Amino acid sequence: MTIVPDERNAPAILSALQPEPSLEPSLEPSSGPSTVPLPLPIPMPARLGPPKMPLATPFGTAFGAVYRGQLARSKVGRIPLLFVASFQSIGILVLLRGILDVDNSTAAGQVVAGSTVLVVAFVALNLLAQRFGALRAAGALDYYLTLPIPPAAVVLGTAASYATFAAPGTVITAVVGALLYNLPITGLWLLLPVVVLSGVCLAGLGAVVGLLAPRPELATIAGQLGMSIVLFLGVIPADRLPEIGRVARDVLPSSYAVDALAAAFQPGVDWSKVVIDLAVCAAVGIAALAVAAVTLRRVGTA
Amino acid sequence: MGDVLSYAVRGLTRRHGVGEHSVLANDRIDLDIRQGEVFGVLGPNGAGKTTLVRQLMGLLRPDSGSITMFGRDVRAAPDLPARLTGYLGQDDLALAELPVATAVATTARMRGVSRAAVREVRDAILDELGLTAVADRPLARLSGGQRRLACVATALVGDRPVLVLDEPTTGLDPAARRAVWGALQHRRDTTGTTIVLITHNVLEAESVLDRVAVLESGRVIACDTPGQLKASVSGDVRLDLAWRHEPPFDDPTVAMLARIATTNGRRWTVRLDPVTAREALGRLTTGAALAALDDFSLATPSLEDVYLTLGGASRDLERT
Repeated sequence: MTIVPDERNAPAILSALQPEPSLEPSLEPSSGPSTVPLPLPIPMPARLGPPKMPLATPFGTAFGAVYRGQLARSKVGRIPLLFVASFQSIGILVLLRGILDVDNSTAAGQVVAGSTVLVVAFVALNLLAQRFGALRAAGALDYYLTLPIPPAAVVLGTAASYATFAAPGTVITAVVGALLYNLPITGLWLLLPVVVLSGVCLAGLGAVVGLLAPRPELATIAGQLGMSIVLFLGVIPADRLPEIGRVARDVLPSSYAVDALAAAFQPGVDWSKVVIDLAVCAAVGIAALAVAAVTLRRVGTA
Repeated sequence: MGDVLSYAVRGLTRRHGVGEHSVLANDRIDLDIRQGEVFGVLGPNGAGKTTLVRQLMGLLRPDSGSITMFGRDVRAAPDLPARLTGYLGQDDLALAELPVATAVATTARMRGVSRAAVREVRDAILDELGLTAVADRPLARLSGGQRRLACVATALVGDRPVLVLDEPTTGLDPAARRAVWGALQHRRDTTGTTIVLITHNVLEAESVLDRVAVLESGRVIACDTPGQLKASVSGDVRLDLAWRHEPPFDDPTVAMLARIATTNGRRWTVRLDPVTAREALGRLTTGAALAALDDFSLATPSLEDVYLTLGGASRDLERT
């Protein structure tokens, strides 16, 4: 049998158990057993006065930190998915090789460009929509929204980390495609702006889709649907699409990336057209990113 | 101390849902949180604690009422909480797959810690919370307690003037819990950090809080120092008895206690004035009933008693 007092309550309990009235002088200001101990005075902190207002973290620093964090995370389980992304595109190239007339370099260029942009779409639309859908569903956006960083840095930093793994896939797809369809690879440097700009564009859209989806499964479905649209409208040459398909192709921002890259596989490159296509991608990309940043804040702060 | 308010909350009201099924999660809450105090919000699950802190962090918009931080309206400057406050929420999916050291370092960078200083800052906090040994492991591969502790590290890193922590010690073992309490008090004592700590643990509330607001069904039903709260509601003490077998009801003391006890199987809890409690315990431990008595304890009121006396209805406050 034990008396099991909480340590802090021990003196009061012991005094409660003592006979009354106690003739011993007490150190307690009020020693009656029915009183609880007086609260201890609150210790004074060392320094007071309104705090210095911490600055918001600049975009570059925030982007770098999100990117580094996401990259560390990507090591865990992203790599197999990105193999899938590349194999999927190469598979499509091989498949269409049997159907397409290889001598038609315009169509061939478009197939290769479409397959290459598909790798970007897989990552930016599909994986990013899934990621932001999951973050929203778990209430995990709070982490980013309670840091002094621009929301666009979160979207772009996350997208960039995925893109790091997607980049080799785009190069492999483009080179394999060029070899498979006997296309020149001298213009392949265009891959860099195409991948970056289409990446920003589709990542912004993927993030918006993921953030707006009320349930994570819907985010996944929407991301995959978006990727399928990019696949069909990008890989099938424009002149073989029905009218409605051509309209949809013109609306889809990734088409401009496909067209810009397809031009690189042609003997005579129309640079003004390439620049315009890339400019469209850039403009849509900035807009999509801005929308994603606003959506992130809106969805996270109901 | 006391002139500078880290948070001044007035008439804060927030309803979840619409129509018949809506719930008034926060109902006209007024709070003054002074700079440099450890301020607690104690309440059972569903009392509206998380709704309150999410509003303090600008993550939820109040339906009505106002929040100011250091005299500035949060609604007019929505970035204030993120700049001034280190926040620990309940979910950590954003960090789950990151190694602990990376999670802490990248969070520090996002709070503006310079590239040159980040390593030192990171290692200091990992050491302070006893996480150095697991620094390279992803959070998802840690035990629940270590994972929570790693999240606490991300909230503390970057030295914000205010910390808002939603149940930081849930799932922690006693040693880790003490490390967190020590880290919080160190920051309060040395840099005057204001700490807002959400808890449903009575022991935590009594151990670390300077003042505590007791929340019940979205309302603040009391707000004072733990000691004053306990003194204000009752001078009674709590006598807990555990019986070895059927209590001897023919004993007059046992019969008297049986009439007023809250029973849970063979465990009785009786709230009595100290004199009566002492006399009753004296008779029990010297009389025939002793043979049937397995264990007993006598304690001054806890914050749980305060909560129950003030009309709190829930029984899910933790005591240990």
